[in-house]
Amino acid sequence: MTALMPHLATYVALADHSEQALAESLRTVGVGHARHADLFHICGDLAALSEAHRSRLAPVVQRYGEDGDVEEPERLRGDALPQARRGEIGLLRDLQDLYLMATLVKTSWLVIVQGAQALRDHELLDIASSSQADTARQLAWLTTRIKAAAPQVLVVG
Amino acid sequence: VDQYLEEGVTDGDVDHWVKSACVLCSNGCGCDIAVKAGRMVGVRGREEDRVNRGRLGPKGLYGSTPWSHSPDRLTRPLVREGGALVETDWDTAIGRVAAESRRLLEEKGPLSHGFYTSGQLFLEEYYALAVIGKAGIGTPHMDGNTRLCTATAAASLKESFGADGQPGSYDDVEHTDALFLFGHNVAETQTVLWRRMLDRIEGADPPVVVCIDPRRTEVAEAATRTGGVHLPIRIGTNLALVNALAHELFEHGWVDDAWVDAHTLGRSELEQKVAAYTPERAGEICGVDPDEIRRAARIFGETERVLSTVLQGFYQSHQATAASVGVNNLHLLRGMIGKPGCGLLQMNGQPTAQNNRECGADGDLPGFRNWNNQEHIKQLASLWNVDPLTIPHWAEPTHAMQIFSYAESGTIGLLWISATNPAVSMPESMRIRKILGGDQCFVVVQDLFLTETTQLADVVLPAAGWGEKTGCFTNADRTVHLSERAVDPPGEARSDLDIWVAYADAMGFTDRDGAPLVKWRTSEEWFGAWREASAGRPCDYTGLSYDRLRGCEGIQWPVTEESPDGTSRLYTDGRFPSDSDYCESYGHDLMTGAAVTEEEHRAEQLAGRAFLKGEEWTPPHETPSADFPLRFTNGRTVHHFHTRTKTGRSRRLEEAAPAPWVELAPSDAEALGLHEGEQVQVSSARGSAQATLRLREMEPGTVFMPFHYAGRGQANLLTMTIWDPVSKQPVFKTSACRVERAE
Repeated sequence: MTALMPHLATYVALADHSEQALAESLRTVGVGHARHADLFHICGDLAALSEAHRSRLAPVVQRYGEDGDVEEPERLRGDALPQARRGEIGLLRDLQDLYLMATLVKTSWLVIVQGAQALRDHELLDIASSSQADTARQLAWLTTRIKAAAPQVLVVG
Repeated sequence: VDQYLEEGVTDGDVDHWVKSACVLCSNGCGCDIAVKAGRMVGVRGREEDRVNRGRLGPKGLYGSTPWSHSPDRLTRPLVREGGALVETDWDTAIGRVAAESRRLLEEKGPLSHGFYTSGQLFLEEYYALAVIGKAGIGTPHMDGNTRLCTATAAASLKESFGADGQPGSYDDVEHTDALFLFGHNVAETQTVLWRRMLDRIEGADPPVVVCIDPRRTEVAEAATRTGGVHLPIRIGTNLALVNALAHELFEHGWVDDAWVDAHTLGRSELEQKVAAYTPERAGEICGVDPDEIRRAARIFGETERVLSTVLQGFYQSHQATAASVGVNNLHLLRGMIGKPGCGLLQMNGQPTAQNNRECGADGDLPGFRNWNNQEHIKQLASLWNVDPLTIPHWAEPTHAMQIFSYAESGTIGLLWISATNPAVSMPESMRIRKILGGDQCFVVVQDLFLTETTQLADVVLPAAGWGEKTGCFTNADRTVHLSERAVDPPGEARSDLDIWVAYADAMGFTDRDGAPLVKWRTSEEWFGAWREASAGRPCDYTGLSYDRLRGCEGIQWPVTEESPDGTSRLYTDGRFPSDSDYCESYGHDLMTGAAVTEEEHRAEQLAGRAFLKGEEWTPPHETPSADFPLRFTNGRTVHHFHTRTKTGRSRRLEEAAPAPWVELAPSDAEALGLHEGEQVQVSSARGSAQATLRLREMEPGTVFMPFHYAGRGQANLLTMTIWDPVSKQPVFKTSACRVERAE
């Protein structure tokens, strides 16, 4: 059956890859802006969520394969942030990058949720929907943190 | 009644007694101040007062007045000249503050200003500062050291019930069948409340006591004596324990299903969240016998009336808000709220912390209004006649640790500190001192004494203290007292209220029509302004006036036309302030602190129901390692308050607890080859402190120090900079450390 669903494999791979990039980037940003103690710790906690999704997904990757050998150009495939920016405006930009990466993760899970339902794959559905819910928490935190950080840096510096 | 007069003073010498209430802990005991020849010379408890019935604790008795005529009092303003603080007059001092303030407002705008207050000012002072800061300047950077002591109480009440407000009453002590003390060492923190509990514990038909505390405290002894349970859990595992207690309530059918269906939301999600927290698993996490957890849960589940109290063991620890919400959950699951003897007391640390929360000089808005609710902002804007956008509400008000971080980078260029000593009380003290002492931020401090913090200021303003000014305050069970001025402040010292009004005058803040923003002068006028601001909100003071307060012995808010004698318990009808239009907060993700949006909150249709919220336990952010194998915690001693600014000036209290100490369990001391009475050094990744070793029965692996002392024995040299994601209360109680013999 796997061979007949190369696109599902593509999306499983996309979810896996984008979660990895998000987790690594969260840790990079957390460590890079460790002066903000909450960032250091919460970014670590949020990265752990993404890492947990990847380990739950591992057996599924085995089942459906990874990368479906489909010729489909990758136009927006986020790689992990190589390093954190500096200062307060750098922090704001980094949080915004994380937000973009997390939306890629979230829509990847959204697509897999749809596929898993059509496939009646309960295991994959459970993994994808609970991961998607966690991604929503990551996005909500990023929204809250961006809202809190923005005025000071835009107005005062 | 308990009475103490300073040495050489007899009853006959007292010129007159002035009605007040004690401000040396959150209990707010009614008392009279003895005045002789214009000096405060002692206190006595007020027998009729609903809080204390004439009793006073050691801090209140011996510490209330000696500080007031100390030769160290600040009596003149000081300004920094060429590196040193020199005496000056008020016009110069206020002029200098106003000039710096004006310059910053022009160059950088309102966000360049930060205010850091206290849990020891009066209601009128907090409200005055809230008006000046939020409508005059328009800065979101206002907080108090209440962030260090009661932020989690407020946060947990908002998460569970929709708004701040203590559900229970101290009267529940007299009616309860079981007392659960969650991280609340009441014998050290609120002695008069403890004596009230002891009256029950030592009387006929005593309640069963359950104590959650890593140390073998007096409360723990009482737990054993009453056939209860002492759970000496590992530091940083509170949430695992409360989850296990909830698990047992579900498992054994101790849930009041009908009440929970009618009055709460979130039951099934909570049940799922706690399903994995069997007593065995929690026992392993917490380091206690699973059967002891079962026994505690059975007491909670099967006793008709349970009263729970929560304090710093939860608030200043890991996952503070989630764990405190967990206690609220237990009461909601059993429908034990708003009924005599079945209360919940999310305690406060400081005497007037509640007022800072309700008046909005901290990270809240006046009257428990919701920063995220445009209608609430409009109400304030119309009350003050300003543009709604003047009132900062684009995000949650800035919390204390963030304010200091902005001051560190200099984007807050003026930091005004009142009645608190962050150089000693905040985590990672060395960093705080550097921030206050640096050139990047202009620091104004008003205090009674030249404290560790005032010494770092650019302008020091001498403040009048308790008994030297009139004002109201509200204790941990919503009891309001009026504290009358008994004597004049020394020298040129002024009340915080007068100082802020003088600043507002110098700045010339105006409302939308160009009229002065600050229209009120006396504390009674400010009280009237506050009464109007509180109307219709959970903390409604509309039925109160100075006259009414003079004629009563403590009265619990809300006091309105419908409830002129006050309100003993909140939520007696099972209706909570959770409606989207009314609530103080839409809530948060308890793990991350992400704010719930208005849309999400409306979709829940809470409609007066309380919210059952659960969260997973996670290991603390710093766990023991090879270098730092022990868990460091700190707390209070009965003889001192905060950084000893007042209590350190009472000879009796100083003699009782003159120096800091370090506590270890005997087994740990033996393993380290250390003995009682030795000087030991405690080190963490951040610093070290030295003090004398005391042995105490407690959970092995735990190290305790009192936090009151400055200098070599300063506990906060060791603590880390991290805070709870929801309440933003710093985590003082989970650092890894090691102990060795001092060199």
